[in-house]
Formats: sequence, structure tokens, C-alpha cells
Amino acid sequence: MTTAPNSTPATPSAGDSQWPLWEVFTQEAPGAAHQHAGSVHAVDAEQALQNARDVYARRREAISIWVVPSITICASTPEDVGPFFDPANDKAYRHPQFYKTPRGVRVF
Amino acid sequence: MTQTATPSAADTARESAFEAVIADGGYIEPKDWMPDRYRKQLVRMMSQHAHSEIVGMLPEGNWLTRAPSLRRKMTLLAKVQDEAGHGLYIYCGAETLGVDRHELVDQLHAGTAKYSSIFNYPTLSWADIGMIGWLVDGAAIVNQTMLAKASYGPYARAMIRICKEENFHKRQGYEICATLAGGTPAQRAMAQESLNRWWWPSLMMFGPSDKDSPNSAELMKWGVKRKSNDELRQRFVNLTIPQGQALGLTFPDPDLRYDEATDNWEFGEIDWDEFWSVVKGHGPCNEERLEARRAAHDNGAWVRAAAEAYAAKQRAARAAVAASPRETRRRS
Repeated sequence: MTTAPNSTPATPSAGDSQWPLWEVFTQEAPGAAHQHAGSVHAVDAEQALQNARDVYARRREAISIWVVPSITICASTPEDVGPFFDPANDKAYRHPQFYKTPRGVRVF
Repeated sequence: MTQTATPSAADTARESAFEAVIADGGYIEPKDWMPDRYRKQLVRMMSQHAHSEIVGMLPEGNWLTRAPSLRRKMTLLAKVQDEAGHGLYIYCGAETLGVDRHELVDQLHAGTAKYSSIFNYPTLSWADIGMIGWLVDGAAIVNQTMLAKASYGPYARAMIRICKEENFHKRQGYEICATLAGGTPAQRAMAQESLNRWWWPSLMMFGPSDKDSPNSAELMKWGVKRKSNDELRQRFVNLTIPQGQALGLTFPDPDLRYDEATDNWEFGEIDWDEFWSVVKGHGPCNEERLEARRAAHDNGAWVRAAAEAYAAKQRAARAAVAASPRETRRRS
């Protein structure tokens, strides 16, 4: 994922994907969250946005696009999934179903 | 993501966890452990698929400048652009398996990667553009609807995106076929002649018969494919025959008949010699297609160089602004 931004490609085939990878997030409608759509290769953020528009929003699928350099994303790992999410596993009291209400009472 | 040559107890445990997810109809994500062979098969299949989308632009691009009306030209242009997009969705998915797109593209240009053989047939008449949309994209929809449930998450997600767009392609093509079929005798003959040429290659798109398909069993075991080549081919035939009949066109198969017992359209034997010959590089346009791809890549080198130079210049300009005294920056 390293880049050599100022180098001219030595061979034609070396040209395109030495460029950094950007993750693309699109917002479909006002009020919706941005969701991961895919990725694009681009020399810089401006081109990444244009490429993302051409690849992921040809049919008005987006009203807003974020592009993020892929190397800057930190992610949890599948190996650690157990211990990492463990704190939530024994806390059923964070859900409304945990609580009893008297019969016949409509709380909600 | 690393794998050792000799299976340890940990490997066996990971493998059974993987098998359990597959058996449960679940999804494998890029960072999950997966057998080396699963990864290899996916890279092979996804890169072939992506290459097919890219090479698939060529036979249609052939008619962009000669489309019979502005409406036809506009819609064909949009369709060809979609194919480029579809190629990019799938390359992006393949890259999550740890390969670089340029490695895959290099393999295509070197002639060591395969792509769908259907694109090694020439587009000789305008009717061929209709047939490609109706038959080739129709067949692709049948295949991709299944792949939208593939066990590898990024592949399935790319397919869902593609399936949403393919229906436009098919209807675009079918409209061309319907217009020609309902036109003058010459237009009708053009449509029929085109169907005669494209029908059998379209059936070959589903790949070898199940008994001769070396990869199918493994791909099905791992839930990458959920239906066999022959099942998908039959489904495509059943969907397509009534559509052709509605246009008053005939299919070039004397053995074609409807079987009430099975509810299937039975069809004749595919010419497998032709199929393997085209797969092995001896189709009418194999060399032309690769040559066009290489030329497009080489001729685009200056565009890529210019984009890099422009980005470098922008970076330098930003750095200069950042380094300048604050007073001048404030108002700029």
C-alpha cells in the first residue's frame, strides 16, 4: 500500500494501482448514515472523490460521499472478537426486555 | 491470514470454524481465516469475472459511433460505462483477498487470465447489440443473482450492486430486439440472423457441463456457487424461450421442446468442441480483444502520468501555503 506519488510509471502496467487505495462511504438520502460502498484507487483525495462518484453513484445513489485513505482505517480483528466484545455479553440489563412492568400497564 | 504448510491443531480448529460458517450459510469476510485454496479459487473466479466486464465493453463499444439514433447511442454509452463500473466493483472485491489490481490486469494483458468466452465473438450487425443485452446480460443476471448469495462477503456485495444495474442492460437489449423484430422484413431478418449466431454461445456462458467442470464441486462445497452450471443454464433457457417467442423469433435448435413433465425447455447438445476451442484462445476475436485492451492501457499511460503530476503539483502548492507566514494565509 506504499505509494511513490511523484514517479512516472516505468512501464504502462505499473501506472494505475501504485496509487493509494481509498475506501468510499456514501449517504443515500438526507438523514441516513454514510455506508461503506467499496474502494477506488486515486492519486489524491480530489480524484478519489471523482472516481467514487463515477463508480458508486451513477444512479443518484448518493447525496454525499466520503473517501478515506484505506491505510488509515483501524479495524478490530476476528481473532479478538471474543474478548473484545465480551463486555457487552453479560449486560442484558441494557435492553428494555430486562425490566418487568406490572401486568396491564402500558409503559410504551 | 498467514498459513503454515503443516496443519497444526490451531489450523484444524480454524478450519472447522470456517466450515461451520459455510455450513450455516454465513459469510466469510476479508480478515477471517480461510483455507488457502478458498482464497485462490476466489481470486481466480473474481478476477475472471472482473476481466469479463472490462473486455465486455469492447464488442459493444464497436457500435457506439454507429448507433442508429441518439437515444440508442446515449443508452449504449451508459451501459458500456456500467460495465466499466462492474469491473471496478469486482476488482475492488478481489483486492480484499490480498492481490493488487495491477497484478490481475497484468495477467489479463499477458493472456494468462481468462475472461468470458462470449466476448470473443464479433458484433457484426446492430442487432448484435440487442442480442448482447437480451441474451448475454440475461445469462449474466441468472448467474449473478446466484452469486449475490456467495459465501465471500465482498463478492456477494459487489454482485448485489451489479444485479441492481443489470436489469437496465437486459431491457435495453430486449427493446432493440423487439424494435427490429417488429420492423421491416430486412430488420426482422437482421434480428433473426443475429439470434442464430448468439444463441449457442450464450448457453456456453454457463461453463462446461457439470460432469466436466473441475472447479464447480469445490466452489459449491464452499458456498461460492449455490447452483450448478447446468441448473443455471436450464433456468436461463426457461426464462428466455418465451421472450423470444413473444418477438416471433425462432431459436436455432431443432431439438428444442417444452417438457410438460419437468416444466423445462429441453434443448439440444452444445458444441463443446467449439466451447473449448474458444476458451483455449482460438475464438474469432481472442487476439483482437487482448490487443485492444493492451492498446487502451498503453495509450492511457499519459493520462495516468498527468494525473500524478497534477496531484504532486497540488500537494506542493498546499505545502507552500502551509509554510507561509500566518498573516498572508489568513486572508487567502
